[in-house]
Amino acid sequence: MATATTARTGRDQLDAPSRALQKSGAWARRAPLLPALAFIIVMTQVPFLATLVISFMNWNAYYPDERGFAGFDNFARVFTDTNTRSAVLVTILLTVSVVVVSLVLGLAIALLLDRKFAGRGAVRTLMITPFLVVPVAAALLWKHALYNPEYGLLNGLLKAVFGDNAPQPDWITNNPLIAIIAALVWQWTPFMMLILLAGLQSRPLDVVEAARIDGASSWQIFRSMTLPHLRQYIELSALLGAIYVVQNFDHVFTITSGGLGTANLPYFIYQTFYTAQDYGRASAAGVVVVIGTILIATAALRTAFSLFKEETR
Amino acid sequence: MLLTAAAWVVGILFALPVLWMILTSFHKETDAAKNPPDVFAPLSLDGYRTFFDAGPWPPLLNSLTASILSTVLVLLLAFPAAYALSIRPVKKWTDVLFFFLSTKMLPIVAGILPLYLFAQKVGLLDNIWWLILLYTSMNLPIAVWMLRSFLAEVPVEMLEAASVDGASLTRTLKDIVAPVVMPGIASAALICFIFSWNELLLARVLTGTVAGTAPVFLTGFVTSQGLFLAKVCAASFVVSLPVLAAGFAAQDKLVQGLSMGAVK
Repeated sequence: MATATTARTGRDQLDAPSRALQKSGAWARRAPLLPALAFIIVMTQVPFLATLVISFMNWNAYYPDERGFAGFDNFARVFTDTNTRSAVLVTILLTVSVVVVSLVLGLAIALLLDRKFAGRGAVRTLMITPFLVVPVAAALLWKHALYNPEYGLLNGLLKAVFGDNAPQPDWITNNPLIAIIAALVWQWTPFMMLILLAGLQSRPLDVVEAARIDGASSWQIFRSMTLPHLRQYIELSALLGAIYVVQNFDHVFTITSGGLGTANLPYFIYQTFYTAQDYGRASAAGVVVVIGTILIATAALRTAFSLFKEETR
Repeated sequence: MLLTAAAWVVGILFALPVLWMILTSFHKETDAAKNPPDVFAPLSLDGYRTFFDAGPWPPLLNSLTASILSTVLVLLLAFPAAYALSIRPVKKWTDVLFFFLSTKMLPIVAGILPLYLFAQKVGLLDNIWWLILLYTSMNLPIAVWMLRSFLAEVPVEMLEAASVDGASLTRTLKDIVAPVVMPGIASAALICFIFSWNELLLARVLTGTVAGTAPVFLTGFVTSQGLFLAKVCAASFVVSLPVLAAGFAAQDKLVQGLSMGAVK
C-alpha cells in the first residue's frame, strides 16, 4: 500500500511542473474512463444482481403459476440435494487436482526449458500447442481420438506395444473424473509453464552465479533462491488457473455430458436452468459459485496487487 | 545433454495428441479407426470433405464476426479507460483497476440466466450482436489491465511536449500514445480474439441455428453425424487453426496477456 501511494505522488510530482497538463479538470480526466466503466457495470454487475434476486424466488419455467418469493429454500436445497453436493465436491476436486498437477508439471518443465540448448524455441512451441487448441476441440480430441476404447490412440499404443492380448480399458467409463482431469492438465500445464518461465527469466543471474561460486549446490540454489523468487509467479498462475478451471464447462460437457458423477457446478447450473428450467435453484447454485470464487479471487487480487507494487516501485 | 533430451521428449509428448489429431484428419475413416494405429496409411482429404459438406461456413463466419467485432469494441472502450488509469490517473485509480479485474472473476454461470431471460424478452436470442456485447464485457477487464501496463511506460515528457504544442487529447492519444503502445494493443487484441473464438457456454445457451458459433457447431456436428474419427479430427483442426496460427506467431505476447499483464 505504502509503495503504491509513493508511486502515485511521484507521478503527480512529475506532472506538477507543467501547468498545461493540470488545467484539465477532474471530469476531463474521468471522461475517458466512464464508457468502459458503465459498460462493464451494466453487463456484469446487473445480471449478477438479477441472479441474486432470482435465487430467492420460487421460479420454474414449467410451472409459471407458482412463481413467488421462496426465502432461503433454494439455498437449503442446494446444500441438502445430493446432486448439488456432488457438484460442489466435483468442482473442488477438479479444480484442486488440475491446478496442483499442472503447476508441478509446469514448474518442472519451465526449469527444463530455462537453459540454453539446441532447439529450445522449437520445444517451447511444441509445449504451448495444447493451450492453443480450442477447448471444445481439445475435449473432442481426448474423448474420441485418445480415450476411445476401440480405436483411441491410448489403446492403440497398448496393442502396438504389448500385442493383441494387451488390455483395452474403457478409460472414460472406468475413471470418468480422472479422464477429464488428465485432459485439463494437458491444456493447463503449458499456461503454468509459460508464466513460471517468465518468472525464471526475470531472476537476477549474477546472484545465482555468486552463490554457485560460493559452493552452493543446485538443490540449495533452487530451494533458497529460485523458489522464493518464483513464489509470486507460482501464486499468480495457481490462482488464475483456479479461476478458469472452477468455471470449466467445455470438458465436462463434451467428455461425459456431466454423467458418471462428473457434473461440476457450471455444468449443474447449465442443466438446472437450461434443461430443468428451474431458474430459482440454478440461481442459488450460481450465487454459491460466486461465493466460492470470491474466496479464491480475494487471494488472487492480493497476489496481483503485490506484483503490481513491485512494478510501480 | 540428458536434460536437453528430456526437454525434447516432454515437448513432443505434449504436442503428440495434436500431431495425432492432424495425422488422423488426413486419413480415410477406415484407416483412422484401425487398432493398433496405422501411421503410414495413405493420406486422404475425406475427413475435410465431409466436414466442409456439413456447412461449417455460417458458424465459422459467426465466430469470426463475433471475435473481430467484440475485439474492436473492447479496444475502443479499453484504450481511453487505460489512459485514464495510467498517464494522468484519476483518483483511486488502483481501486478502479481492481474493480475491472474483479469482474473477470465473476463466473459466467453467475449471470447467464438473467442474460438469457433478457435476450428472450427483447428478442436477442440467437442474435450475434448480443454475443458480441457479452464477449466485449468478458474481455474488457483483461484489455484494460494489459493496456494500462503498456501505457504506464509512455514517457511523461512526450505528453508534456504535446500539450505545450497545444495538441488536443484525441490528437495526443492518436499521434503520440498509440504508436508507442502498438505492441500492447496488438497483444491485447490477440488475447481477446482467442478468448472470444474459444467461448462455448454463452454461445451454446444464447445462440441457435442462425448465430451459432464454431464451437457450438463442433459439439452439434459430432452428435448429429455419429462418430467418424477422421471427420472429428478434421473439424477440430480447422476450428483450432486460427488460434494455433495466432498463438504461434505471438508466443511472447501470450504470456503477458494470459497473466492479465501482471507478468512482464
